[in-house]
Amino acid sequence: MSNAMLEVRELTTKYITRFGEDVYAVDHVSLKVEEGKTLGIAGESGCGKSTLALSLMGYYFPPLHYTSGEIIIDGHNISGMDPDVVRKMILGAEIAYIPQSAMNALNPTQKIIHFIEDVIQEHDLYVTKKDISDRARILFETLGLPAEVLQKYPVELSGGMKQRTVIAVSVLLLPKVLIADEPSSALDVTSQKMVIKMLRQLMETGLISSMIFITHELPLLYNVTDDIMVMYAGQIVEKGSAREIVFDPLHPYAKGLMGSIIVPEKGLRDVKLAAIPGVPPNLKNPPSGCRFAKRCKFARMECEAFSIPLRDIGGGRAYRCIIPEKELREIYAKEAYKNAR
Amino acid sequence: MPVEKKLYLSTSGLTKVFGFGRNKTLAVDHVDLNLYEGEVVSIVGESGSGKTTLAKMLLGLISTTEGDIYFQGKKRDISTHRKKKEYWKNIQAIFQDPFSSYNIFNKIDTVLLDCIAMRGGRRLPYAKKVELMTEACSFVNLKFEELTNKYPFELSGGQMQRLMIARIFLLKPKILLADEPTSMIDACSRATILDELMQLRNENGMTIIFITHDIGLAYYVSDKVYIMEHGKFVESGSADEVILSPREPYTQRLINDVPKIYEEWDLSTV
Repeated sequence: MSNAMLEVRELTTKYITRFGEDVYAVDHVSLKVEEGKTLGIAGESGCGKSTLALSLMGYYFPPLHYTSGEIIIDGHNISGMDPDVVRKMILGAEIAYIPQSAMNALNPTQKIIHFIEDVIQEHDLYVTKKDISDRARILFETLGLPAEVLQKYPVELSGGMKQRTVIAVSVLLLPKVLIADEPSSALDVTSQKMVIKMLRQLMETGLISSMIFITHELPLLYNVTDDIMVMYAGQIVEKGSAREIVFDPLHPYAKGLMGSIIVPEKGLRDVKLAAIPGVPPNLKNPPSGCRFAKRCKFARMECEAFSIPLRDIGGGRAYRCIIPEKELREIYAKEAYKNAR
Repeated sequence: MPVEKKLYLSTSGLTKVFGFGRNKTLAVDHVDLNLYEGEVVSIVGESGSGKTTLAKMLLGLISTTEGDIYFQGKKRDISTHRKKKEYWKNIQAIFQDPFSSYNIFNKIDTVLLDCIAMRGGRRLPYAKKVELMTEACSFVNLKFEELTNKYPFELSGGQMQRLMIARIFLLKPKILLADEPTSMIDACSRATILDELMQLRNENGMTIIFITHDIGLAYYVSDKVYIMEHGKFVESGSADEVILSPREPYTQRLINDVPKIYEEWDLSTV
């Protein structure tokens, strides 16, 4: 049994708006990433994916606040630690983060090597510049990036190269867990493939032990990750292995997401894309029952009555729906039959 | 026997050169494009292949360096502002970034009222205008009562893009040029937007030029696909032909780079 690199138990974080309202963007989320595994998080925009990524790092700054729950990285509990300590000791060294707009993460007035010096010296004051440049060069060579990049300004690099540089910088201090928040959403397909290849390489060479990958592109998620978690309105609605989630989703929301997959493969033109109508609920005052009930095709009376627990069905699979597994499958089979005619 | 279709828009040897001398860049290189009535045509290429430049030339937003554009059999004439406006009644566009497609000082009512005025409804009674606007909004599943008196920035990206389609619904142009309409939107709202575009096509017989870098999307929506590389069309044909059995190495590479779910995704080829 491999040991868990990152374990999160019942994590809840909230945003406090300037009117003093609480918005619970991450609501009792539990997850576990084992060594050598990649966890994917799927969901539409505004459902709390990025907030979860920020919350996992244990580094909170307003308007994001920590409420309850535990974050355990490789045996150490980091929840409730002082933000400054977290920044110096944990970020980069234990857990690293690639932001969504990594393109803008680089300082436009500095060469890449100076940026790297800043990063390393923030964590370790007594490294010489020569050591840093050697370390950076070796890392860049391992990752297949040209070493000339170090002496360039960000404007001289292409989008894909910038993104890969940011990834290389984020693993400089050999973190155990890497959180990639839509690392390829602004890139074209070829650069995207290069980025994904590099992330794979990081896992294979052992520079990082495990990874959390966040995106709304399901085909990508399916190819990169081992397990997938589907989020909706701050809650986990379904989790399971990548294959199970993509080919055999149980929760109606996950089912809807899978209906929006577009891949250039035979048979795509015959299916009608299934869009989910409506928008996610406002989390300022979330519905008391199932949060998806308003948009759900199969919603019943009792759905909106009380909150629904995550139902564990064994084999690492769980889903948050009132309808039993067997009945859901029957409903989907009927639906598929109706659509086929 | 196939029905003879009307040629709507065609170009011959369309070229655009940016800069001169040593800095000369050939953005679009002798492109021949034929667009028939009611067709959905996709132009697919990587970033920097000249897709958007081509779109801007077709719209008349930038001048052409060489070559001609024919609209409904006649050579396009947009030499004066009046003629340009007349041309824009026939061809309209949806752009990539919904956040920068609107005038930030105008309310949503103004955006839609402008469209009505452009179709010659300037003198209609206000109640009639509201009726038209409500119809357009309900077409894209928005509620006009919620939008009225709001500014574009108060909407989400998906809503803005759908409002863009509502504009097109009011304007009813002959040709719609959709320049990466779904690239800033998440996969879930993407299906909605595509559905609405297809509905527009089916109801009004609109011709759509779909510009995208997502080859899967192009395959889903279009009848005909053009693959563009460095300003040239390298391959063209029906969607099934081009995407399921590509001939050119460039097309093959593009298709290989897209993550797939039924086939193995080969990472070793980059």
